[in-house]
Amino acid sequence: MKNDCSFIKLYWHYVSINVRSMMQYKTSFFLSVTGQFFVSFNVFLGIYFMFRRFPEVDGFTYSEVLLCYGVVLLEYSLAEMFARGFDMFPGMVRGGEFDRVLVRPRGEILQVLGSKFELTRIGRMIQALFMFVYGIVKSDVTWTFPRALTVIFMLAGGTAVFSGLFLIYAGICFFTLDGLEFMNVFTDGAKEFGKYPVGIYGEKMLLFATFIVPYALVQYYPLLFLLGRRNSLFYMVLPLLAGAFLFPAMGLWKFGVRHYQSSGS
Amino acid sequence: MKYLSFFRMRFAVGLQYRIAALAGAVTQFAWGFMEIMIFKAFYRADASSFPMSFQAAVSYVWLQQAFLALFAAWMMENEIFDTIVSGNVAYELCRPVGIYDMWFARNIAGRLSRAVLRCFPILAIAVFLPEPYGIAPPASPACFALFLLTAALGLLMTVSFCMLVYVLSFFTISPAGLRILFVSGTEFLAGGVIPLPFFPDKVRFFMELLPFAGMQNVALRVYSGSMSAGEIKRAVLLQLFWLVAVTGLGKALCRLAEKKITVQGG
Amino acid sequence: MIMMEHVCKSYRIAKRNAGFREACKSLFFREYEVATALSDVSFTIGDGEMVGYIGPNGAGKSSTIKILSGILTPDSGRVLVDGRIPYRDRIEHVRQIGVVFGQRSQLWWDVPVIDSFELLKDIYSIPKSGYRQNLEELTQLLNLEELLRTPARQLSLGQRMRCEIAASLLHGPKLLFLDEPTIGLDAVSKLAVRDFILKLNKLHGVTVILTTHDMQDIEALASRIILIGKGRILMDGNLSDIKKGNADIDETVAELYRSYNI
Repeated sequence: MKNDCSFIKLYWHYVSINVRSMMQYKTSFFLSVTGQFFVSFNVFLGIYFMFRRFPEVDGFTYSEVLLCYGVVLLEYSLAEMFARGFDMFPGMVRGGEFDRVLVRPRGEILQVLGSKFELTRIGRMIQALFMFVYGIVKSDVTWTFPRALTVIFMLAGGTAVFSGLFLIYAGICFFTLDGLEFMNVFTDGAKEFGKYPVGIYGEKMLLFATFIVPYALVQYYPLLFLLGRRNSLFYMVLPLLAGAFLFPAMGLWKFGVRHYQSSGS
Repeated sequence: MKYLSFFRMRFAVGLQYRIAALAGAVTQFAWGFMEIMIFKAFYRADASSFPMSFQAAVSYVWLQQAFLALFAAWMMENEIFDTIVSGNVAYELCRPVGIYDMWFARNIAGRLSRAVLRCFPILAIAVFLPEPYGIAPPASPACFALFLLTAALGLLMTVSFCMLVYVLSFFTISPAGLRILFVSGTEFLAGGVIPLPFFPDKVRFFMELLPFAGMQNVALRVYSGSMSAGEIKRAVLLQLFWLVAVTGLGKALCRLAEKKITVQGG
Repeated sequence: MIMMEHVCKSYRIAKRNAGFREACKSLFFREYEVATALSDVSFTIGDGEMVGYIGPNGAGKSSTIKILSGILTPDSGRVLVDGRIPYRDRIEHVRQIGVVFGQRSQLWWDVPVIDSFELLKDIYSIPKSGYRQNLEELTQLLNLEELLRTPARQLSLGQRMRCEIAASLLHGPKLLFLDEPTIGLDAVSKLAVRDFILKLNKLHGVTVILTTHDMQDIEALASRIILIGKGRILMDGNLSDIKKGNADIDETVAELYRSYNI
């Protein structure tokens, strides 16, 4: 158990040094935060104007969609904040900095996580929170303990799923040296299209998002539970189940590290 | 003549990134597909509120994805920002060419070479998708000709706007911040987030007067014949007007920036 | 003690052909070329030795360092460092070694150097008392007093290299790899670095393995030289073995390279 303690302590040390570095450039930091806010603000405006024209989509109202997008954006921003090191991993391999990681007596995942803590994502998270709160209030969600818990589970599970995707992206780098642009479909794309409940994309997409990349487990199903359309507690714990997505992602990563050690690429 | 050789060089360089282009085409195809699924859901919800035919919306999406490299404001050249921030731009000023025209040619070439590589795989697949998910043929030969004309004008407008951002970076401490603000604003106003016809009429009226509307919205809509002759004429005139205005402004600012560099040494 | 026995290592390099069809094809089938980095490399280095590992670019120097520091796995052969197999017991192994990559920085660019050191203290789980003692000694030997409060980006190359070396030694390793530690340094800094390495070896008996293109480094530091070329060990001996009379060290080595045709 002592080991776990120092793991968390070390991670916070990494976070603090990242934040201190960033605060050396305060102007640039605030501009980036503002920029992050604006970029996703567009998506919000898009939703807003679509709903000026249409009253609902597949049974979801404007406020319900905002609730959905708010949660997804929070999940994604959290993952980007914590796991940005994996998103920037191609540069780390190309620049040889991964060699430095390997000559230190700590797990590679912890060190890569610690290499970058992207605080500028709070710009997006602030906006996500606004949408979330608005969505909760206007969608008449009555709070119960299971529902509050569901939101926490969604955030935890969603952050895990997106982090897993970043991890896969980084794992592929060991083999291709360059990031695969195609992976954007699963990361950026999921953030972009996660604004609407997965169900509206049709049966096949829902199956894909349930069993292959478990977006629906952190978005669609628990949302139905939050909105009171499903009552089985099973829907509440689904987001936690989605966390299992991290295991194959880690497997690929470990495989990649071994490949790196034997190929020296 | 010398701008043509800049153009040819950049074009050839762009063509080298084939694998990246193929990966990009696949990405954009997936993107377009998801986009269409959203439209379909809204169409199912209330077909009567749909401002164009579903087929026209689908064609809009496929064309937008296929020619993303031509019209997307965010595809700017990092190298140019780098030379400005690092001060290496002073070397460029030593060359006997106008910096504005050179960068303009370079941007056009970069965008065309990317678009050439990416559009064919996307269009080739989109043509064979079953109705109504595939791209429809242009509404008429005349529409196709007008599409080509308005698309060319749209490309020129997009680049002249990007030029404005490059040139403004000479005067700002944070080109990155400027870029993000500009890009997100343009994306939205140009119809990159949702097509302009989906906006409420009053909002749309103003948006269509702005220069951004001419960047992609006009060309993508002309293709499926969803604009009347009068509307097209007005849109093309607006495109020409804004093209001249924005390019003129950019050139004036560029001269000012050059003066600033030579006087203050960057 | 370091022992390498019959170590071989080769890389597969993807071939790239011109032409659109080839590019498409290479998406699915890649053709590979095999490049040999090390073939049958054997040597033993005792505790407290200072060894200069030299050879032209691409000879296999950094592959050797990477294998010994646990970054790379060899294709075949046996590697033992103080009884550990580096690539298998990586974490256990790297706790005991220090590595300086002359071309790359391990300091955080925008925060004071001491902050990077504090982080390393946590990374290596260095006990408080040991950390304070090591830091004090390194500060004194490398003259870091005034540098510790400065952000790394404001340091000169020479100042930064001194800090880099200190960073690699905070956990008190018994074995130190220096990969081109004097590259790009001015004369004063070079002398300071060499002087420090000598002291470190004398005071604590640290084993030092040094790769460099600067033959003055070798002359000043290495009692033993291992020459590698095209992946093979070509020579293993003393500086006096190869030096003829009063010939300049650079000329001596150039002559050596010529005689082995590398």
